[in-house]
Amino acid sequence: MIRRTNSILAVALLGLMTDTASADVIKVGVIGTMSGPYALFGANYKMGIDAYIAEHGNKVGNHTVEFIYKDEEGPNPAKSKALAQELIVKDKVQYLAGIYFTPNAMAVAPLLEESKTPLVVLNAATSSIVEKSPYIVRTSFTMWQNTVPAANIAFKNGSKKVAIAVSDYGPGIDAEAAFKKTFETDGGAVVEAIRIPLNTTDFSPIMQRIKSSGADTIFTFLPSGPPTLGFIKAYVDNGLKADGVKLMSTGDVVTEIDLPGIGDSALGMLSTYHYAVSHDSPENKAFLASIVKNGGKVEDVAMTGVAAYDGARVIFKMIEATNGQRDPEKAVAAVKGMKWVSPRGPVSIDPDTRHIRQNVYLRTVTKVDGKLINKESDTVFLDQPDWALSKK
Amino acid sequence: MRLALSILTDAVAYGMVLFIISIGLSIMMGLMRVVNLAHGAFAMIGGYLASYAIRDLHVHYSVAILLAVVGTILVSIPFELLLYRRIYRKSDPLIQVLMTIGITFLIIGVVNFIFGPSLKTIPLPPLLSGPLDIGFRSVPTHRLFVIACGLVTALSLWWLIEKTEFGIKLRASVDHSGMADALGIRTEIIYAATFALAIGLGAFGGVVGAEILPIEPFYALRYMVTFLVVVSVGGAGSIMGALSASMLLGLADTTGKYLAPEFGEFFFYLAVICIVFLFPHGLFGRSHA
Repeated sequence: MIRRTNSILAVALLGLMTDTASADVIKVGVIGTMSGPYALFGANYKMGIDAYIAEHGNKVGNHTVEFIYKDEEGPNPAKSKALAQELIVKDKVQYLAGIYFTPNAMAVAPLLEESKTPLVVLNAATSSIVEKSPYIVRTSFTMWQNTVPAANIAFKNGSKKVAIAVSDYGPGIDAEAAFKKTFETDGGAVVEAIRIPLNTTDFSPIMQRIKSSGADTIFTFLPSGPPTLGFIKAYVDNGLKADGVKLMSTGDVVTEIDLPGIGDSALGMLSTYHYAVSHDSPENKAFLASIVKNGGKVEDVAMTGVAAYDGARVIFKMIEATNGQRDPEKAVAAVKGMKWVSPRGPVSIDPDTRHIRQNVYLRTVTKVDGKLINKESDTVFLDQPDWALSKK
Repeated sequence: MRLALSILTDAVAYGMVLFIISIGLSIMMGLMRVVNLAHGAFAMIGGYLASYAIRDLHVHYSVAILLAVVGTILVSIPFELLLYRRIYRKSDPLIQVLMTIGITFLIIGVVNFIFGPSLKTIPLPPLLSGPLDIGFRSVPTHRLFVIACGLVTALSLWWLIEKTEFGIKLRASVDHSGMADALGIRTEIIYAATFALAIGLGAFGGVVGAEILPIEPFYALRYMVTFLVVVSVGGAGSIMGALSASMLLGLADTTGKYLAPEFGEFFFYLAVICIVFLFPHGLFGRSHA
């Protein structure tokens, strides 16, 4: 029986290989949050990829590239793994892309080597993801990448005692570690570190705790969506803002999608991030124009859109390098050290970590023409690596 | 001392939100014997209507609350006529649970389709926003408003059920519906009115509690267990029960968050287990043989 399954598997695998070698259509499976509370971030994958196709066409040489979208819904590793299997076995995709949540990426990683499928991560931001398989490349960001500059800025701006409040899961713990390490090395003190359960909605007790810790600055990371709103409101309504306690975060807490919901309470908030929709560059203008031309709205654009746009570029490069053959080593090798100018600024794929190097900007929530935006300041941290994976 | 007072303030505010939303469910379960899992879904509709009224129609907060309550009751009428009416007091709980969970998913889908998947805020009027200094700490003004709303709700419900003619008829219909019918009480109308009251309270709670339990499409599922727990701890149908359960659970949850936030909802459920162990029918529940 085992032998029979083995031979069936071998035949299937053989079929899979010959199929893609001769086929003219190269399929790419995209797994993203297409429904549920995070649907807009998933919709951004499609917006970003469509924008890239609108500008560069869907052909690499004589190969046509086709994207197939699947819905990961929420933090659900088993579901994401099943979707990846379906894409690999049934749709015979040559590349995978997407993944919003860290646990989902972790579940998909073991499938990549056995099926020879590279994965371009378009969001999930825990540093260690790229270490789970040599076939993973990431075009989004990591918590370490965005948090280290935040800690540097906090110290430079005169913060002495910081309270850290993060969501209690992978990226939150990364953010806490990154901030604590950097800030203490700079010479500051972390007086309180609170890990908030993911489903918390009432932040009043946490604000009181921070208040009694005597901190002059709060650093926070929460996944964008419902919690961020409650956190910022609690900060204002419990009088911490009035008392002059500063609030800093990574850009995840103040994404342009959530800003209208958060409202004026967010005004003046500092954050460090790799992409602001208001980023002033010709590349970003062209990117946003393509999105609008495809029927999208600028108000709906988020960091996942630009990660997908750049992800499409990376995948096209992989297809070009392998001439449409299934050759993951060659594909990944071809994009190591790849450099280009993204809508977020100059970026490159770090050859050692396969994670994107990029500028990280300091931004302030500002009201321009009645609309809240993340206005980038002149403080830019150039060419930031993932600080947990590489020290250069 | 300061810490204890601080915890107490937050606990009372959180407890009151739980109370306002759960009391409607308590009435449904205690008086109509319907395990209405869709209660949170109706509270959510209220929240969405209020958010829409304020942000797109630019009406005042008080008008929005009214619109939300009336609107939600209107939405619930077809559900009452076609579905709920069949399961009052008699059907076995499994049918009720299946039907109401189906309604929950239906409402989630429709709301998601109409309003989109993102979080909806209900902007507060200037009078209720911002902090207010109450001596030993500052609290969000809105929390005090919620506490006041909770007290008013509890008092008026008590008055309605214990002191008015409607209350007498309702209690008669609940205790012995056959006899009440024979005496000329139109039990269907009493039930329909009570259903509307329960749904209206849910919508009201959804709107005023939106600061603590924010409105989003999965609201109905996310807080379903919390509301059910309040009712079962307090004892279905009892105003005093729902009030004391909300306060106790609010206290357990808030104290836990102050002193050991990394434990999450551990203390909330620990309190639930202890109370249900000591009072299997809830704090003020009657046993239904």
